[in-house]
Amino acid sequence: MTNTIGDIEEADVLLVTGSNTTENHPVLSSFAKRAVKFRGAKLILVDPRKIGMAEFAHVWLRQNLGTDVAWLNGMMHVIIEEGLYNKGFVESRTNGFEDLKKTVAKYTPEYVEGITGIPAEDLKEAARLYATAEKASILYCMGITQHTTGTDNVKSLANLAMLCGHMGKPGTGVNPLRGQNNVQGACDMGGLPNVYSGYQPVADLAVAQKMESAWGVTGLSTKPGLTVTQMMPAAHEGKLKALYVIGENPLVSDPDLNHARKCLEHLDFMVVQDIFLTETAQMADVVLPSCCFAEKDGTFSNTERRVQRVRKAVEPPGQAKDDWEILCALSTRMGYPMTYAGPREIMEEIARVTPSYGGITYERIEDEGLHWPCPNVEHPGTPILHKEQFTSGKGNFHAIEYIPPAEMADEEYPLYLTTGRVLYQYHTGTMTMKSEGLNEKAPECFVEISPEDAEKYNVKDGSRAMIRSRRGEIRVAVKVSPMAVTGTVFIPFHFAQAAANTLTNAALDPVCKIPEFKVCAVQLKQAA
Amino acid sequence: MDAQPSITLNGNTFSFTPGETILEVARRHDIDIPTLCHLKRATPTGACRICMVEVEGARTLLAACATPAADNMVVHTESPKVVDARKAILRLMLSSGNHNCAVRGGDDEDWTAFQLRVQKDDGSDALCPVWGDCELQNLAYRYQVSGERFPAVETPYPMETVNPFIVRDFSRCILCGRCVQACNDVQVNHAINFGYRGSVTKIVASGDRPLKDSNCVFCGECVQACPVGALVEKDVRYRHRPWEMKKVRTTCSYCGVGCQMILHVKENQVVKVTGAQDVPPNWGSLCVKGRFGFNFIASPDRLKTPLVKENGAFREATWEEALDKVTEKLQEIKDRHGSDSIGVLASARTTNEENYLAQKFTRAVLKTNNIDHCARL
Repeated sequence: MTNTIGDIEEADVLLVTGSNTTENHPVLSSFAKRAVKFRGAKLILVDPRKIGMAEFAHVWLRQNLGTDVAWLNGMMHVIIEEGLYNKGFVESRTNGFEDLKKTVAKYTPEYVEGITGIPAEDLKEAARLYATAEKASILYCMGITQHTTGTDNVKSLANLAMLCGHMGKPGTGVNPLRGQNNVQGACDMGGLPNVYSGYQPVADLAVAQKMESAWGVTGLSTKPGLTVTQMMPAAHEGKLKALYVIGENPLVSDPDLNHARKCLEHLDFMVVQDIFLTETAQMADVVLPSCCFAEKDGTFSNTERRVQRVRKAVEPPGQAKDDWEILCALSTRMGYPMTYAGPREIMEEIARVTPSYGGITYERIEDEGLHWPCPNVEHPGTPILHKEQFTSGKGNFHAIEYIPPAEMADEEYPLYLTTGRVLYQYHTGTMTMKSEGLNEKAPECFVEISPEDAEKYNVKDGSRAMIRSRRGEIRVAVKVSPMAVTGTVFIPFHFAQAAANTLTNAALDPVCKIPEFKVCAVQLKQAA
Repeated sequence: MDAQPSITLNGNTFSFTPGETILEVARRHDIDIPTLCHLKRATPTGACRICMVEVEGARTLLAACATPAADNMVVHTESPKVVDARKAILRLMLSSGNHNCAVRGGDDEDWTAFQLRVQKDDGSDALCPVWGDCELQNLAYRYQVSGERFPAVETPYPMETVNPFIVRDFSRCILCGRCVQACNDVQVNHAINFGYRGSVTKIVASGDRPLKDSNCVFCGECVQACPVGALVEKDVRYRHRPWEMKKVRTTCSYCGVGCQMILHVKENQVVKVTGAQDVPPNWGSLCVKGRFGFNFIASPDRLKTPLVKENGAFREATWEEALDKVTEKLQEIKDRHGSDSIGVLASARTTNEENYLAQKFTRAVLKTNNIDHCARL
């Protein structure tokens, strides 16, 4: 997030899109709900489903799946056409406005209505609301990113925010809501194929030399590596021979699971380090038992870039070890001795080699976490990014054309499928499904379908349906719900027994390699 | 220039910012004015009256939580008049339900009859499930009040136990309204409110349905807000006492909000979770997963030893053997097919320190940049 969670309550207008906030970030959603209920903020919701936030929305735009660039360009068209954009901000802090203006010129509200299904008048209202607000904040999540145009979608949100100058101040910003406790930290720490910790590029020779001297090694590769979505096909082709998986369950979370399984079967060797024998661990050659969060010390970095302490409360079961201890033992065995007294000492090293974490110490974050960038121990942290200028000086507008999703509905597969989560389960369910209470509330997979579609396909609430895509099929319970839009069904991806990702499309965004989980074409039939 | 206004509390003078209530000024200076209905982050309702203080020149006692501090105001927070009023309120509360803590008074037959009736209501012959962890009981002790002055009033509403997370015991509810504010003003879930009103007032969910059939999303904000034994976690009730539990503050391991939470630990098991009060980002709030989804920690399905696959089946192995095998295989594949034939998936679930070491291991030892995690999934 460019801004903080607390900041959400300061906004006059909130634009929430691709985020089922009340179910996936419940505590954060209460900041948005309070802003609306008690501070008079206006909420613009853009989502294909009638999610919980719709109850609080002043304008709810229901777009066709995968048409986000179109409605965003449409909003910018209206804002430029009506002269509502922030000319001072655009002039002093951005580049590329003319190109953007040229590109969005054809995205009239009427043209956009044809693509997105959003009534032209509603789009205009939303555009005016956002543009004329003193402080407006954008909240988004995987509904924006999990598309073949995910990068385009995010850039378009940034375009909109810069166009209106809703950046760098309290109550503004472009705020992705991270779905996993430490997905921010895993990125920050260099758990990515192209960067070391603190987003220092692996391809930069100076960086490689710095890391070589810090780590006392030679020959660090300057060639960016493979993303998880590239490792799978590489395994299939025999280029990737071994995979070491730490606390991940790709055999439920990856797209096109039948194919993913085949890919992993091609590996010569797989080791999985986890707290449970997950679907992925069952395929491993060696499984290493690790500690869960309650059994370890360390830090997580949350969605607002706040580095916070994790503290050990209980002893791990059996012989389970901390992940860092296992890594140290392996590294030492492989000829590179790694020894640390504990996580505190590892953080000291992180601070030495990672500019944005330079001022993070356990002492400083004992009571309250600090927001990175925090370059030195005197620095108070950075709750709001891009205050005076953008990281690279001026902000660049990206002129982006709308591209349809990779797979469209057709006669054979006439329905659209979008996937997501429910309140009572979490990701692949390995943790939440151990709580009877949560299972009682969300016991099994279901397909959410509109009353009209239920009638059309002759399925009843509580009955069973077969859902088939070009990649596979699953059998699930039918949930007829006004949350669904006719023509589109929703299935949560938590449940391995009826894994929604058997159906999803592994088509990737060309830049960030994220799969298009949010759109694919399916057919639905009454199950025998 | 105007001087900063000041207020006198129990003979000491303090400056304050206009808009601050008497309670806020007092709390800032560690003057303990008791409260029951007051909930941080919500508008004061002044409903319970326990925070009443004596303000010189005022005709009646005033609720400190709802009365703004005024310049030159002189306040007594524990004067005899204040103490008498608080005692009266506490007596009424203690007699208005099944407050079978010992402070009710130990008078012989009356107590036995009372205790039998409570047992009929809550199915337990023990004292109240929050005995020793109750704000009403604390105040009764502080002001040395018992409940026997007034005849005990029967509660018309049976206990609700039909959901997996929360027990609602209306016989112990003092109608302070904190839960209603927690639900509507803090979490804004609009699941519960006051119903029926008058002498039969009840906290109701969606037209007086059980929570499981209402809008309730089981965030448990109401349980954490309840000052008495009316709302208790089902798994904690009559099983764990507060002084048996070690409290450890940590960060939630579900979504990316990073809620600060307290793990309550007994005999090496997490048995209860509460939100850490007064700290960002969550200021005490949690969701259903954070508060009630901790059973996985002590699940019997947890991996306890390394496993090695032989002929398609796993067998238990020592750390020595498992690590040797991993080392040998990775080294062999690296030597034969090159560094880039190995990939590592780090984890969005493990700590920064562990992710840092995972990429260090991948880059410095395996000599490849094939490392990623499930940020995209």
